[in-house]
Amino acid sequence: MALASRTHRASRGLLPDQRAELMLGALVCAVLLFVLLLVVFVFKEAWPSFDHNGFGWFGPGGNPDQQVQEIYTSANLLRRPVYTFHAWPIIWGTLLTTLGAVTLSFVSALFVSVFVVEFAPEAIKRILEPVVRLLASVPSVIFGLLGVLILVPFIGNHVITDGNRRSVAYIVSLSGYSLLAGVLILSLMIAPLMIAVFSDGLRAVPRGWLEGSLGLGINRWRTFWKIGVRTARPALVAGTVLATARALGETVMLAMVTGGVSFAPNPADGLIFFVEPTRPLAATILQTAEELTSEPMRHTIFAMAAVLLFSAAMLSLAGWAAKQPMKRYGVRA
Amino acid sequence: MGGEAADEAVWGAGVSTVAPPPPTAPPPAPAPARRSARDSSASWRWTDRLGLAFAWFLGLTFLAVTAAIVIYMMVQGIRYVRPELFVTHPAAGVTERESGGFLDPLLGTVIVALMAMAIAFPLGLSIGVWLSEFGRPSWLARVTESTIEMLAGSPSIVFALFGTLIFEQGALAFLSRTNDGVVYGRSFFAAAAMLSLIALPLIVANVREGLQAIPGHVREASYAVGKTRIATTRRVLLPAARPSVVTGAMLGVGRIIGDTAIIVILLGATLRFTEAGDVPLLGTLKGTGSTLTTFVYANAPTGEINQPEKAFAAGFVLLSMVLALNFAVDVAARRGRRWS
Repeated sequence: MALASRTHRASRGLLPDQRAELMLGALVCAVLLFVLLLVVFVFKEAWPSFDHNGFGWFGPGGNPDQQVQEIYTSANLLRRPVYTFHAWPIIWGTLLTTLGAVTLSFVSALFVSVFVVEFAPEAIKRILEPVVRLLASVPSVIFGLLGVLILVPFIGNHVITDGNRRSVAYIVSLSGYSLLAGVLILSLMIAPLMIAVFSDGLRAVPRGWLEGSLGLGINRWRTFWKIGVRTARPALVAGTVLATARALGETVMLAMVTGGVSFAPNPADGLIFFVEPTRPLAATILQTAEELTSEPMRHTIFAMAAVLLFSAAMLSLAGWAAKQPMKRYGVRA
Repeated sequence: MGGEAADEAVWGAGVSTVAPPPPTAPPPAPAPARRSARDSSASWRWTDRLGLAFAWFLGLTFLAVTAAIVIYMMVQGIRYVRPELFVTHPAAGVTERESGGFLDPLLGTVIVALMAMAIAFPLGLSIGVWLSEFGRPSWLARVTESTIEMLAGSPSIVFALFGTLIFEQGALAFLSRTNDGVVYGRSFFAAAAMLSLIALPLIVANVREGLQAIPGHVREASYAVGKTRIATTRRVLLPAARPSVVTGAMLGVGRIIGDTAIIVILLGATLRFTEAGDVPLLGTLKGTGSTLTTFVYANAPTGEINQPEKAFAAGFVLLSMVLALNFAVDVAARRGRRWS
């Protein structure tokens, strides 16, 4: 490239090139401007909601579903718009689904990618690689459909007992639409992403390092676990960050299987905790999007979107930071 | 980093045909007839054997689960797909028999994919070319890269909300239905514009990767015979990078037809096409409609219509489209040229 740009400088007099560069550059700037506009507009629309609630927006207090109702109807009556919104149950639901799914799929993706890269027989390797890509491209609504028709009834009929139902009957009704269903399906959805990035990182481990360890008489598993996985740590971080971003933004599947009430699952309930319903941020936006016509409601919905956008940007930053050491090994993940 | 890199990685096997080979070749495999003692796990410590067993177990489980999903969808699909579903409009009905087919959603998916790609492909191609071949000033290139990555990592529901905001502006009233001066803001135009944002990062990443995999001497040879930079890009580099470009485009299409959130919010949730205005084609595009994803969403037990058989049939068609795209990506990548 360095040589190429020198060539370019030599041919500065040529008009078509300059014209092309200017046009492409202008197009790039236009797209950048559009994205800037997006960010600015989302935060501008979100501001009134944050402004009225302060940090209480993120805190607990009341039932968000009722608050949403209040906010929505306050626009129709001739009175001051209501903005009171405490999103903690929704944020808690987001944290639980995201972290649960990321933890679950991190462990399985790590073992699967070690298997794919190092231990799988050639035949299985040849099947697994396309399968990973295939699973990554299945639309989330299909996962949602399968969850609603298979996993949710299964949890409702076989995991939740009548005793469980009675014990929390006065707080929340257990139907199978649950945190557990959301986490299980979500981890299946983000695992392919992790496996792909992890495998790329593991493949890029210098072969000589592994050979050196093997030459010392260390067995293959320990060699790969101690040298390979450790060397690929930046790839593990990058893949996890990517998967977290995907899990955070997952909307439709979670809206379908997690129950659609803004309930904060309570760890004090013991094992029932896992089968309690919840509703993460993105799903909440989807289900309240019909209420965008109400002015205060629109600000509230955009506030939720702004939280998502901010988290996604932060994750993007974290991923960038994690990727820096990987450049040493020439990995482009 | 954003999902762009992820998708790049997910599709890595497809793209890697144009990437340079890894710096160190894997060592020659031991002769299959005689396994060395090191390969047998009989002498390992039990923790190591447990780890290996766990890796095998998870690998096979992963395979089994995926196979189960695909086979289940295929079986259900074949049970419920009937030819007339493809040619009848959705109708309001209480039973599966009355509610019609998914002609409109199917057409909607095609329209949305075409329109969104019509926006995303030229844009993505230009940005990819600019990043790879020009990229000056370098700070602008860095900003562009991180912006594209941020776009890839952002939830699509945020784009959908932003779409409702801009397409409700009076200046864009000609792109959707207007009622007493109130702009409805939901139309095929709105949905396609926002869907192009989720396809853009995939296209940019693949175009750029394809161009960067072409060695410098190819460019130099072209400059040496007097071609300008842009002519080189158009006549030499882009044709050489065609497999990557095609891969990116098809990944983008796959992402577009699989998206639900943007469609639910920006296409208005009417299962049939609802025209706005009298002009035949333009009226449809200005109006609301549905795609296969929203059809599945509405027909799932959690949706408004709740007719799972229809949902399975439409889901089967959708999954088949995605599988076909996947296969096409593989073929395109395999036909790619190796630079060595």
